[in-house]
Amino acid sequence: MLDDFFIRALLAGIGIALITGPIGCFVIWRRLSFFAGTLAHSALLGVTMALVFELNIALSVFLISAVIAIFLLQLQTKTNLPNDALLGLLAHSSLAIGLVIIGFLTTIRFDVMGLLFGDILAVSQSDLLLIWGGGIFILIILKIIWKPLFASTINYDLAKAEGMNPDRYNAIFTILMAAIIAISIKIVGLLLITGMLIIPAALARNISNNPVQMSLLSTIGGLLSILIGLFSSLKFNTASGPSIITAALLLFLISLIKIKKFSELKK
Amino acid sequence: MENKKKVLLKVENVGVSMNDKSLVKGVSFEVKEGEIVTLIGPNGSGKSTTAKIALGIYKKIDGKVKTYTNKIGYVPQKISIDWTLPIRVSDFMTLTEELTQDQINIALNLTGVEHLKNKSLSNLSGGEFQRVLIARAISKQPELLVLDEPVQGVDFKGEIALYELIKKISDKMKCGILLISHDLHVVMSATDYVLCLNGHVCCSGTPHHVVQDSKYKELFGDRASNILSLYEHKHDHTHSQDGTIDQK
Repeated sequence: MLDDFFIRALLAGIGIALITGPIGCFVIWRRLSFFAGTLAHSALLGVTMALVFELNIALSVFLISAVIAIFLLQLQTKTNLPNDALLGLLAHSSLAIGLVIIGFLTTIRFDVMGLLFGDILAVSQSDLLLIWGGGIFILIILKIIWKPLFASTINYDLAKAEGMNPDRYNAIFTILMAAIIAISIKIVGLLLITGMLIIPAALARNISNNPVQMSLLSTIGGLLSILIGLFSSLKFNTASGPSIITAALLLFLISLIKIKKFSELKK
Repeated sequence: MENKKKVLLKVENVGVSMNDKSLVKGVSFEVKEGEIVTLIGPNGSGKSTTAKIALGIYKKIDGKVKTYTNKIGYVPQKISIDWTLPIRVSDFMTLTEELTQDQINIALNLTGVEHLKNKSLSNLSGGEFQRVLIARAISKQPELLVLDEPVQGVDFKGEIALYELIKKISDKMKCGILLISHDLHVVMSATDYVLCLNGHVCCSGTPHHVVQDSKYKELFGDRASNILSLYEHKHDHTHSQDGTIDQK
């Protein structure tokens, strides 16, 4: 009925959606969409570094993302440029450096498209292990730091004054984001991971009125996007990553319609 | 007996600068349990800054801050919550502390906004939000409360009731309070110790002492000195109202 590779793809996608659901909410709440995009772009540099130094790809992507995040903090203290300009600078220059290095790697065959858009149908057993192992780890950490992280997200001063140590939790959250990108780059690709982080959370915002509900709905939205995206990519023979994001966008549009109905009912 | 009170916050000669410009400097005071210490001063005199220093919000400060409790409630002067974040009053109440439904209800009831419990924070008016902020700060039964202009935007009647509530909390819960207020009437009637700031401490002491200080008169004008006589009249009135609230 269903091939092994497809089952693995489904399992991988479900794993990704379970993590990006709640983390994506924090990305939106903290206005980090562009930051997530920057980390995702820098992942290409991470992959090329892995090829040059023969490192594990996920590990290398994680390390490069972390370096970029630290570099950003340094830049913020050294210039008066607005954040979005710094992020754009980092995103595109790290992407460019990655592509330049690829040019030197003439001996290695390298699937850039796969890296950009992901290849969920090529997921191996060990990828699955990484996604689910890493994913469960990320979710446990998120569960532990949820309260102080949420308080820091709402208001830095308040969290700090009442003993929540917001700096620590902001840093942990940045590390979690780097980790997600590291484990999901192979599945949805670096151009689409931002989409998986933001679109399900955005559609959840349209139909929720409290933070826990939003993170649950965001997870459900992500799961539906994965299922619809994967099955339609099988049926219409379209690229899997983009199909997933397109499905997510459709769900987002549907969530907008629902809002209109609700507000009409209220009238 | 006075000396037996536990010191909750001790600030010694603190100051903070931003871009080489001093915001406030040389401030020292103590907050003891059951005591209200009030910071007054014109706009930009460093009141909020001093409160933030005391709360450890700034990373680099001059001087020393010692806090002898970790049960702190804070009502900031300005709080810009991202209104795109879906959050109800009840979610906001438990922001930094786990509370039972009862505790939430009691705190909201004290500030008169129990009916807003399940409302979205973004739908509240300025005054309603201010009441929720106060409710949140007192709900965790803090030992130290830092209130930065806590009744801004609250209607006149509510303002008096909230100040009475603050006084009651300080008396009954033995809570130490650091208050920032523009309302000189209230300050002078309920405060144990006043610091008059203008980038540094202009004068400080009991309300009686401060209103007679020439620097206070310079800063607030002669009319402000008459506050105390007004207060002494008002004080009797406050007590009788206090009684009616107790009966509730």
